[in-house]
Amino acid sequence: MGSSCVCWKWRSPLRRLAGFSRLLSTAALAPQICVVGSGPAGFYTAQHLLKHHRLARVDIYEKLPVPFGLVRFGVAPDHPEVKNVINTFTQTAHSDRCSYYGNVTIGKDVTVKELQQAYHAVVLSYGAEDNRILGIPGENLSGVYSARAFVGWYNGLPENRDLKPDLSSETAVVLGQGNVALDVARVLLSPLDILRKTDITEGSLAAIACSKVKRVWLVGRRGPLQVAFTIKELREMINLPDTRPLLAPADFTGLGDVIKDVPRPRKRLTELMVKSALEKPGEKEAGRWASATKEWGLKFRRSPLEVLSAADGKQARGIRIAVTRLEGSGESARAVPTGEVEELECGLILSSIGYRSLPLDSAIPFDPKLGIIPNSLGRVQGEPGLYCSGWVKRGPTGVIITTMNDSFDTAQSVLEDLQTGVLNLSSSKEGFKSVRSILHSRGVHPVTFSDWEKIDAAEVARGKLAGKPREKIVDPQEMLQLINH
Amino acid sequence: MAASVAAGGGAVTRLLLGAAGGLRLRPARGFRTAGVFQAEDESCTAEPVGDIVNVVFIDRSGRRIPVQGHVGEDVLRLAQRHNIELEGACEASLACSTCHVYVSQELVDKLPVPDEREEDMLDLAPQLQENSRLGCQIILTKELEGAEFTLPKITRNFYVDGHVPKPH
Repeated sequence: MGSSCVCWKWRSPLRRLAGFSRLLSTAALAPQICVVGSGPAGFYTAQHLLKHHRLARVDIYEKLPVPFGLVRFGVAPDHPEVKNVINTFTQTAHSDRCSYYGNVTIGKDVTVKELQQAYHAVVLSYGAEDNRILGIPGENLSGVYSARAFVGWYNGLPENRDLKPDLSSETAVVLGQGNVALDVARVLLSPLDILRKTDITEGSLAAIACSKVKRVWLVGRRGPLQVAFTIKELREMINLPDTRPLLAPADFTGLGDVIKDVPRPRKRLTELMVKSALEKPGEKEAGRWASATKEWGLKFRRSPLEVLSAADGKQARGIRIAVTRLEGSGESARAVPTGEVEELECGLILSSIGYRSLPLDSAIPFDPKLGIIPNSLGRVQGEPGLYCSGWVKRGPTGVIITTMNDSFDTAQSVLEDLQTGVLNLSSSKEGFKSVRSILHSRGVHPVTFSDWEKIDAAEVARGKLAGKPREKIVDPQEMLQLINH
Repeated sequence: MAASVAAGGGAVTRLLLGAAGGLRLRPARGFRTAGVFQAEDESCTAEPVGDIVNVVFIDRSGRRIPVQGHVGEDVLRLAQRHNIELEGACEASLACSTCHVYVSQELVDKLPVPDEREEDMLDLAPQLQENSRLGCQIILTKELEGAEFTLPKITRNFYVDGHVPKPH
């Protein structure tokens, strides 16, 4: 820095001082930060960094051409308000200190080590792209899918576009009792009139229109006090047109007393289940339930043992389940087999037992048991300059506010490290400039945010023709062709 | 920044749809007070109307920020208009709890009882308290003059941008 002043021409001292300090402030002190993953964790981390550091530049990398992660590919089509957060993320992307680079797979097109050479700080926010497996015989029979893949299918996630789920049997079993389980049950049973006005993909809507599924069981290993879904989604299911809930009174009798002192969220949720199971419905509701052509129910204390195959040995025809009892109570209750076994007839089985993160790059620490990157307050253990936020940091649970808070917290760790000098800004980093040449040499063409806006406009225009908010493009090649890549 | 600019996208929506998603007309006022609409958030496309209500936000670092709102305005929009870091991820559609605030104890019971849908979303707010409400559902009235809205602490420390909090 000092040596470059020598070759300056004489200027008025004030101007030279101003120029010198401008050089110092922009070139030497502007932190170059990159975020891997453009879902809520990535965008909220970027937002917080940009807001609380006047000079920081943040580049967001994404492996798909299109941004927003689970907001686009996870949130159910009939929950458009939850997707409003895209407007906030769009504002962040439009910041002049932020850039989005889609179609870049970290760990393949460029390594994390290469990112660390280009940036002062690297934040891993790439979420959970896989799912937990059941680990039972018959899991790979036709008719058995992970709920994650099913959700990806109806939401247009490119890797799931050819799922072709078998919707030809009357009864579907969803293993798991979280919000994802409720989402897939609701999409399977919703009146088509509702679905056709959403951004559900054309292909999956057509398949659901031919679906024979009339009954969905959500099966959980534990009891009503351990359900993982939340009250808004349960209410929605209870009120779903043309459906009736099947809740066995025996599962809920006496629960009202048990929940007197539990925290409010669990209390209200249980009260709603108890009311729906035990109270006589009002006239309108009773009429709706009587005339319903579809139904859904909750089965408790049942743990999957084996998927049973039809005569051809290839197709699922049912599931064998172990009856369990609970040891302990509350959130930490454990399901223990009783020895009793049952069978449920079904031709469609969706396992909804949790998403799972994968290691991105062999050089990065990863805990395969917990499925997270080992970290302390978002700082990756043993890796200065490396951070993580979102599901890959805490595990794949929680709603938007959980990820938002978590991302702000990781951003705070980065900001602290910038301020205390743990992140050394005196070594200047080139940021995207050096990544661009690496990508170019490997034949990778990043998709910019304004490229995404072209894809967005095309999807919205196509959707308009069909009375939908958008018609999602599900083929990445088509996306790239649209933007002339 | 992003939080305040996001209000621009949502502001028009809130004018038309109101906090609970239903059509809600702004009350016509016979006169406007001389309170000046601060245009520091250039993304806000509509000037709030209605009598001035003086309230205080206590931000996540404990800083007290007195602001002037208008009768009929919701607290989320008021915060974002003044660049206070209150997020509104779902833009006032009762589909998230990011605008969670604590209302001063003596005034929380003066608010209308929350809609069941607000209670459902509050169930998911971290550090829920008796005086918790969603900011997008609190509509300013003259009765809220002097109210304090405290933003819950969501990260471990807030002082990295050099701000020194005044004790309160």
